[in-house]
Amino acid sequence: MSTTAVVTGLGVVSPNGLGIKDFWAATKSGKSGIGRITRFDPSPYPARLAGEIPGFVAEDHLPNRLLPQTDRMTQLALVAADWALADAGVTPAELPEFDMGVVTASHSGGFEFGQGELKKLWSLGSQHVSAYQSFAWFYAVNSGQISIRNGMKGPSGVVVSDQAGGLDAIAQARRQIRKGTALIVSGGVEAPVCPWGWVAQLAGNRLSTSDEPARAYLPFDAEACGHVPGEGGAILVLEAAEAARRRGAKVYGEIAGYGATIDPRPGSGGEPGLRRALETALADAGVRPGEVDVVFADAAAIPELDRAEADAINAVFGPGGVPVTAPKTMTGRLYSGAAPLDLASAFLAMADGLIPPTVNTEPSPEYGLDLVTAQPRPAEIRTALVLARGQGGFNSALVVRAAD
Amino acid sequence: MTGRRVVITGMEVLAPGGIGTKNFWSLLSEGRTATRGITFFDPSPFRSRVAAEIDFDPEEHGLSPQEVRRMDRAAQFAVVAARGAVADSGIELEEYDPYRVGVTIGSAVGATMGLDQEYRIVSDGGRLDLVDHTYAVPHLYNYLVPSSFTAEVAWAVGAQGPSTVVSTGCTSGIDAVGYAVELIREGSVDVMVAGASDAPISPITMACFDAIKATTPRHDRPECASRPFDGTRNGFVLGEGAAVFVLEELGSARRRGAHIYAEIAGYATRSNAYHMTGLRPDGAEMAEAIRVALDEARMNPEEIDYINAHGSGTKQNDRHETAAFKRSLGEHAYRTPVSSIKSMVGHSLGAIGSIEIAASALAMEHNVVPPTANLHTPDPECDLDYVPLTARDQITDAVLTVGSGFGGFQSAMVLARPERSAA
Repeated sequence: MSTTAVVTGLGVVSPNGLGIKDFWAATKSGKSGIGRITRFDPSPYPARLAGEIPGFVAEDHLPNRLLPQTDRMTQLALVAADWALADAGVTPAELPEFDMGVVTASHSGGFEFGQGELKKLWSLGSQHVSAYQSFAWFYAVNSGQISIRNGMKGPSGVVVSDQAGGLDAIAQARRQIRKGTALIVSGGVEAPVCPWGWVAQLAGNRLSTSDEPARAYLPFDAEACGHVPGEGGAILVLEAAEAARRRGAKVYGEIAGYGATIDPRPGSGGEPGLRRALETALADAGVRPGEVDVVFADAAAIPELDRAEADAINAVFGPGGVPVTAPKTMTGRLYSGAAPLDLASAFLAMADGLIPPTVNTEPSPEYGLDLVTAQPRPAEIRTALVLARGQGGFNSALVVRAAD
Repeated sequence: MTGRRVVITGMEVLAPGGIGTKNFWSLLSEGRTATRGITFFDPSPFRSRVAAEIDFDPEEHGLSPQEVRRMDRAAQFAVVAARGAVADSGIELEEYDPYRVGVTIGSAVGATMGLDQEYRIVSDGGRLDLVDHTYAVPHLYNYLVPSSFTAEVAWAVGAQGPSTVVSTGCTSGIDAVGYAVELIREGSVDVMVAGASDAPISPITMACFDAIKATTPRHDRPECASRPFDGTRNGFVLGEGAAVFVLEELGSARRRGAHIYAEIAGYATRSNAYHMTGLRPDGAEMAEAIRVALDEARMNPEEIDYINAHGSGTKQNDRHETAAFKRSLGEHAYRTPVSSIKSMVGHSLGAIGSIEIAASALAMEHNVVPPTANLHTPDPECDLDYVPLTARDQITDAVLTVGSGFGGFQSAMVLARPERSAA
């Protein structure tokens, strides 16, 4: 019998709310954080909307010495980790240092920091590049900085699988707990809203070019036209159930099942792998489809990808067989931060008995989904499924179960 | 020993000094070095001007013109190495459920070479803050997110199971293989194509290592520039490359009559939680990773025949890991040959951990311990047997390989002969 991994703390940095209280209040009332980009002038670019986090002042939360050596992404991640640990009631200094680890997902690293140093390199010369460039931008930086700030010497890791990585990190955290580590800080936080990051995302050819925040990101809508990206994400504290019980921790729920696949080569004619990931996660959790109370969809808002996701959900649950929602319509797609934020929403939804809505979308009947739109839907939620897909064909699915 | 055991049944190495596992082993066993003055760009403005570059023609290694166009150099290395590893293993992957074949590729800095080049274009030489998207290449997103490497490998070998990039800085090459081993052990997959690739020899990487004086400024004799454990060392030499393995469960590898290079008997990673680039001299966290990896392998320190060191050639590292070996292996550390192949192939960041796993498996294969090249001047603080200059014939049944990197990550892996438990 494997050790059960439970979630005891949530730290959220989202375009529609900093901290779980504000985030959940906004999310259940359908308040969006999507707007025209303010961090740079987006007018030269074909896409101009993003989910930016307003009012985050790193100096208010972090020591000054950390600021020059960290990208905004890392500043947000460090604060989210602090909040998650506080929410869990954990004081890391009181725990054995090798019994705590950090596993995060990354997407594009500290890209804004990287843009600044590349500019110095090419406009001023190599001797002007900051010493911090050697680690401030790279994919491992959030795990490294969180482990240092909190004195966590146990197994750590970093996965990169585009947007699916947010779930892969949580699954790897569960693996480490099963192997004997008592506590793992896990999740993903991104902040690629800088001109260089923006141009690279534009090349991915999936961004919405709409200028209307309420019409730009419409998954499962006949007018779906790509997504709006955003910054932020969530950090979760996972613990061995026994360790959490011993210290009398509040438990949000259990990481019950996981499955991951990658699609065959584009153009090969093979079936997409999402359905298999979903079925594997359910089997791993020992959950029948009828026991799932809500699905947090990946919600690509690209017709072909919406179709593939609806097909996978319908194949397993039957058409309209399960409530489906995409609160990321309020934040934009946060890359590796998206699925950890959906996990936070799933646990908050369980606690509140409310499925948060998918905003703005008018669901197209052709997808045959029971999409929760406009208003939150009261429901008893014991089991939730979170789906995440990444460019390149990555598919991950995670099942979470409410605490008994 | 209970549970599923994981073995290496195929490998391919792309390392400086000659592409392919055979050339790689010739270089190591003959103690030759592949470091040279940088040719990829004009290195004259830089403090460090040497690197271990690969002479690589992607089309010669089977990549189509379109594959070459859309992939960063590190992705090209990964795909060539993955195809080579599958061929070497003799496995017929089409006979497996593709959902039970996964891919993990380690990379510390992803498509940094492509990003550096493309930034220069879209910013018009660093002049534009609002970089110009109309000059962006269509595959720029694949450079942005290095999981594209794993997708390319999965497509190349037909894998559809759990797949990711593992990016833990300079331990990525060990951690990517360790991650894959855990997936096979837990039963999620039957086969993993796992390894690592990095191609970081670009102006931005050279500049940031210059800034922290991590790379050597020695460029009078580039072939002697990488000097781990030598008293005159003064920084590492950047390298590039890839190594990819086919990993299988022991029983199914035996059933198909596969050649088994080694069992991956134990693996662990720990963090120093101290500094993004600094190391405490006591090596306590690396020692803990070694202790846990040995424990997982159910082996005693005395069973280790050879230590493949991180041996980057910075004073800080060489002392740190020397302390870690003593702390974890006790007296046995003094009796065990320790060498750093970075003396010959440089430090390819995230890739080197996998390249060193390959070196470790080949040491077992040939019963030869590769040397530490350029080691002429002993450092009194590094007082172990570092196998200077010349390879050594020695029965090698079990190897410890370690990595240490930015972010504070310390990883250790134990390779052993699978039949040892029957003995």
